[in-house]
Formats: sequence, structure tokens, C-alpha cells
Amino acid sequence: MNRTCAVLLLGFLAAAPASAKLTVFACEPEWGALTQELAGNLASVDVATSALQDVHQIEAKPSLIAKIRRANLVVCTGADLEVGWLPQLIRQSGNAAIASGPGSFMTASQVSTLNKPTQLDRANGDVHPQGNPHVQLDPHRMLTIAKALSARLGQLDSANAAAYQQRLQDFSTRWTAAMQRWEAKAAPLKGRKVLVQHDSWPYLNQWLGLVQIGTLEPKPGVPPTSSYLVGLVAKAKNEKPMAILRATYQDPKASLWLSERTGTPAIALPFSVGGDAQSKDLFGLYDATLDKLLQVAK
Amino acid sequence: MKPTLLFLGLSLALGTATAAPSDKQRIAELEARIQALEANAAALKQQAENASQAAEAARLAIEDLKQSQAETVDAMAVASTPELAPAGNSANAFNPAISIVLNGSYQSHSLNPDDYVRAGFAPVEGSGPETEGFSLGESEFTFSANIDDKFYGQISLAFDGSEVGVEEAYIDTLGLPNGLTLRAGRFFSNIGYLNSHHAHTDNFADRPLAYQSFLGNQFGDDGVQLRWVAPTDLYLELGMEGFAGNSYPASVGGQSGVGVKTAFAHLGGDVGIEHSWLAGVSVLDADADLSEDGFRGNSRLYIADATWKWAPQGNTKDGGITLRSEYFIDRRDGFFVDPDGIAPDTIWNGTRRGAYVEGVYRINRQWETGYRYDRLWADDSGPYASLFDPYRHSLMLTWRNSEYSLFRLQFSQDNPNAADTDNALYLQYQTTLGAHGAHKF
Repeated sequence: MNRTCAVLLLGFLAAAPASAKLTVFACEPEWGALTQELAGNLASVDVATSALQDVHQIEAKPSLIAKIRRANLVVCTGADLEVGWLPQLIRQSGNAAIASGPGSFMTASQVSTLNKPTQLDRANGDVHPQGNPHVQLDPHRMLTIAKALSARLGQLDSANAAAYQQRLQDFSTRWTAAMQRWEAKAAPLKGRKVLVQHDSWPYLNQWLGLVQIGTLEPKPGVPPTSSYLVGLVAKAKNEKPMAILRATYQDPKASLWLSERTGTPAIALPFSVGGDAQSKDLFGLYDATLDKLLQVAK
Repeated sequence: MKPTLLFLGLSLALGTATAAPSDKQRIAELEARIQALEANAAALKQQAENASQAAEAARLAIEDLKQSQAETVDAMAVASTPELAPAGNSANAFNPAISIVLNGSYQSHSLNPDDYVRAGFAPVEGSGPETEGFSLGESEFTFSANIDDKFYGQISLAFDGSEVGVEEAYIDTLGLPNGLTLRAGRFFSNIGYLNSHHAHTDNFADRPLAYQSFLGNQFGDDGVQLRWVAPTDLYLELGMEGFAGNSYPASVGGQSGVGVKTAFAHLGGDVGIEHSWLAGVSVLDADADLSEDGFRGNSRLYIADATWKWAPQGNTKDGGITLRSEYFIDRRDGFFVDPDGIAPDTIWNGTRRGAYVEGVYRINRQWETGYRYDRLWADDSGPYASLFDPYRHSLMLTWRNSEYSLFRLQFSQDNPNAADTDNALYLQYQTTLGAHGAHKF
């Protein structure tokens, strides 16, 4: 019986197809979209999660092991966002190319992160020692990441390095123009107060000049409790925030409860590509986010 | 670089001190300056590879400037965080990840555990109910780290009251090509579904009857494992293992050579984004001189396992259903040795089977409830002949405070033989501290 297995194993090894095209495994849709912008049809991109999933809490599913097994490059957030599943996928896949080195690209490591905790204690909830990992909603950081990712693509697929360079140039031009448009459009948001469900928005807040006056989760990753929410009612009535923000993947209950009692509108922002109908790509993600914010800013 | 920054800082300070031009204009000016700085930094990076620290500082300064471009200088100073702090240069920085599982349980049985007899099966270590009252359960320390570029190492020490044992201690290769991984040391076999999982990831307070009676709860031993993951869309994992054969169902100890051989195949995938599945077939082949249940000869255990999970939007931690079943066939071909050494050996050729089905409903991030049905099929001939087949019902309710702590209440009604019924109540806590573990599906 064991001999049969050995023969089977060898057979499969011999049949393993050698694919020339770069295969990229992106943990989150925003990095899948960015890779798509920078590589076009030079790479095939597998995206592990959808914008309607909580990426803190993904399981190391067999389908993901199969995908990461074939990847030449893993593009993930890092900063411990995927700590509960990515290490398991990498170890189970037996794919040495993406475990470390050029095959592993962590976007949060390419930029400075905000809110690094001064004290590491799980009594404070789900804290990330390397800072807040949700860097995708600052377009400036996105551009820095794009440049580094493009260089990495060119390094791994040197035959097409010039093409990656070309695509980066094109993306940078379009992105910079879009940024100017977004920043002009977002001027009325500056200095406005917001409440947020989970601390997912520090980069967006910083970029737009939004002032976060509180979170609905008492501690990161700890679901809102009714007694804590009651405390927030007074705060919201006092400080009159513009909106209560949550990502579309998050449970709306707590936001809606607070909204009902305070009259502050609760809005669901896409948070990643695919988070709503308008967020079909990175540009759409920012358009949709700004549109939704501006709607309640009036 | 430094003068440029200083200039920028000054100009920003002046910019806010004097009568402010329109915001739009200021932003545009800043944009232009930042772009100039960016170009400057890029040039610097290329030119001064040996002065990489300065370039890094420049990059970070630009980052901070970009982030705070519409802020005042004061706000900017607050926002800039020290990024160049070294991440700990001491020798301890290379310490392995340490994860500690602290468990405890309280058990109450209507049938005295000393009087517990499972019809058709011998009592082997880990197969019967544990002692009543309070116990530590399976608390453990796990240390793990990459050893170097080619190897990963992990050790788990389990402690139960006063005893400490090496549960697992193995190295994995990191650098084999084509999806191959070789493991050596002491580890839990990858057969079936539950066997390779540590008990603290289980959905119930104890293992199914089939695991208890066919594998002594969980089969782990000293040996080697070769695993291969196919480069296919569908998840396909094939592997085989060779073990010394020092634990049940092989001999009690002192075995030389390869006493246990296994082979396993697991297949899995998704159906849409809300459904995932994993299924497998495994075989464990053991040669025993004298096993714990008095067997001498060759035994083969076949296992088929299947898991199916459904969760709205694929968010398994917030709700959904998990269904799992495993089916065991145990074939013996050898002799039964009289434990007192008086009666002559008798022939033991026979087949026994076992199975369980469990369903777990995740109500929300905090609450979970589940039901499990267990069954064993005894052999009607041979040394443990029985016409009665043991079965058990279990019901559990779990409350999680976070992904690091849970409390579980379980009620089981166990019918181990024709005469007895054991109503058991388990109250259990399970916590993990230290490094964030990444669990298997």
C-alpha cells in the first residue's frame, strides 16, 4: 500500500506543471486590486478574502492552502493582521518560495504605522504590536506601497521589469490626479468628528482630518456591550459627531442602536475593494468612501 | 537632506504664523514641496546606499509630512511617531514564540469511573472516563520558531497535575521543493481529522469513543513524516509516516525498527464563499509484539473523515454550522496473549468499527452549541467478544470571552455496556496566553 502511495507521489511530482506566469496570492482584496493595477495580465492574482469578511478572523481553509501552494508571491498586510491564519497556510502548503524573502511582501512594513501600543497586554483587547494594520485607506501610503510592490514584481519576474515600471508610472499618474481630486472634494470633512465601530480608520482620519472621538468596541476586537454604548450616548449628544462609521463587513446592530438614540447617522463604508457596489477597484473604493462621508457631512 | 527638511519645517512654521492663504492653495503648495522631497529622497536612496539610515529617516519624515500635510505644525509634531527605535537587539530577540494553554475541568459521573467497562474493547490508557472532580486537563507549553533558513522547530510540553511529558517535539523542513515537507521527531500522526489537532482546539470536552478505543485518545510517537501538497486548484495533500511503534495500538515499548506505518490523503475546497469542506482517508498499520490490549500481530486501522463548514459570508467566527464525521475500521490479524501468562495464546482475527457525527452551531462570536453522537461496533467473537455495541450522546454549550478564553459545559449520556449508563457532566475552561497560535481548519 505504501508503495502505491510512493508511486502516486512520484507521478504527481512529474506531472506538476511549470507555469511561467507570476502567481500572486493576495490576503485582502485591496492588495489584490493593487497587484492587478501594477501587473495587469502579467500575473494571475488569487484573493484570499472578500471585503465582506473580517480578515482578523479567517480560517486556514484547504482552498487557501491550495492557492498559496502555487503562489510565487504573497501580498498581505502583515503587522499581525493575518497572524491567526497566514502562518498556518504557509506551513501547511510546503511552499518555501513565499515563506520569507522576495516571495513575501507585507504592505504595512513598507510604510510607517499609526497607534503602536506603548503597552502590550491582551487585557487591552486585540492589540497589534506593530501598529494599526489597516493602512489601505491612506492614498499616500498606497502610492508608497505601490512603488515597493512594483519593484518586487520586477525583481521576481525580471523579464518583464520594464513593463512593471511602465504600469507603475501609469498608475502613479492616475493615482496622483485622483488624489488631488479627492483632497479637493474632501475639504468639507476636515475637522469633523466621527465615532467608529472598530479602530479601522486611523489612516483615513489622518488623511481627511477627521477627528475620532470614540470607538463602539470598548477595546479592539471586543464586541460592544450595552452598558458601554449607553455611556457613548451622552458623549455623542454632547460632541455631535458627523457620523458613526463601520465597515460593511461589521455587524450593524451597535451602530444602528446608537444612531437611533442620538440621531447621528450610521454609515457603512466599503473598507476594501468589493465592500459595496461602487468599490469595483481601488479608485472606486476611495470614490465610494468619500461619497458616503460627504453625504452625511452636509 | 537635513537642510532641506529644516527649510521645509521653517517654511511650514512661517506658513501658519502669517496670514493663512486659502486651504486649497496651502495644500497645493505642500503637495509640490512633498513631491520635490520625494524625488530628492529617491535620488538620495540610490546615491547613498551606505548612508541608508539617513535615507530611511528622510523617507519617514516625508511619510509623516504627507500624513499631516493639512495639519498645523504643532499637530504634525504630535503625529510623527518615533519609527527608528530598534526592535530589541538583545539575544532574547531570537527567543521562540511561546504559547501556553491553561485548561481545567470539573467532571461528575453517575457511574464510578473505576467500574466503567466498555463492551467489546479493552481499557487502554486514555480510553475511559477520567477521574471525577477537579483536574488540570491538558495544559501545555508550546515553543516554536524557525531554526534557520531550512528548518522549523516546535516542542509542546503537556502537564497534568504533577507529571510533565513531551507531547510533541519535531522539526519541519522549510526548503524542500515542489510542496514537500519532511518532519522528524515526536509528533501526532496526521491520520484522520482530529488526531493531529491538539485537544484545546476540539469542540467537545473529550475525544470521541472511536479515538479513545482505537488510538488511546490520540496517536503520537517518535518517527518521520513526508507530506506533499499538490499544485492543484483543489486542495490535495498526500503523505506517509513511519513511527517506532511505542504506543497503542502498537507495542507498549522497546520496539526497534518501524512498528507503525501510516498513509493519508486529504482533499478539500470551497463551494462558493460560504461553504468549505475537507475529507480524507487514512490507514495506520501497526506491528505489535504485545499491545496494551494483549494483541500480538498485525493490525490495520482505516479512517475516513469529512468536515463541512458553512458560515454567512464565510465569517466562521461570527456564526455558522460545522458538521464533522469520522468512520473507523479496525482489523486484527494475530493472537491474544493472556495477561496472566497462564492460558495459551488464542487466535485474534476480527473487525471492529467506530464512528461519530457531530454538529456545532455557532450562534455568534461568543456562543456556540453542539451535539455529538458516538458509536462503536464490537466484534461478536475473539477475546473481547460482545453482542452489545457501546454508544453515547453528548451536548455542549460554549461561551467565549475572546479568541483566547472559553468556558464549556457538556452533558454526556454514555452507554458503555448493556447494563450501565453513565451520565456525565463536564465543566471546563480553556485559555491560551502568549503567542497568537494559528490553527488548522
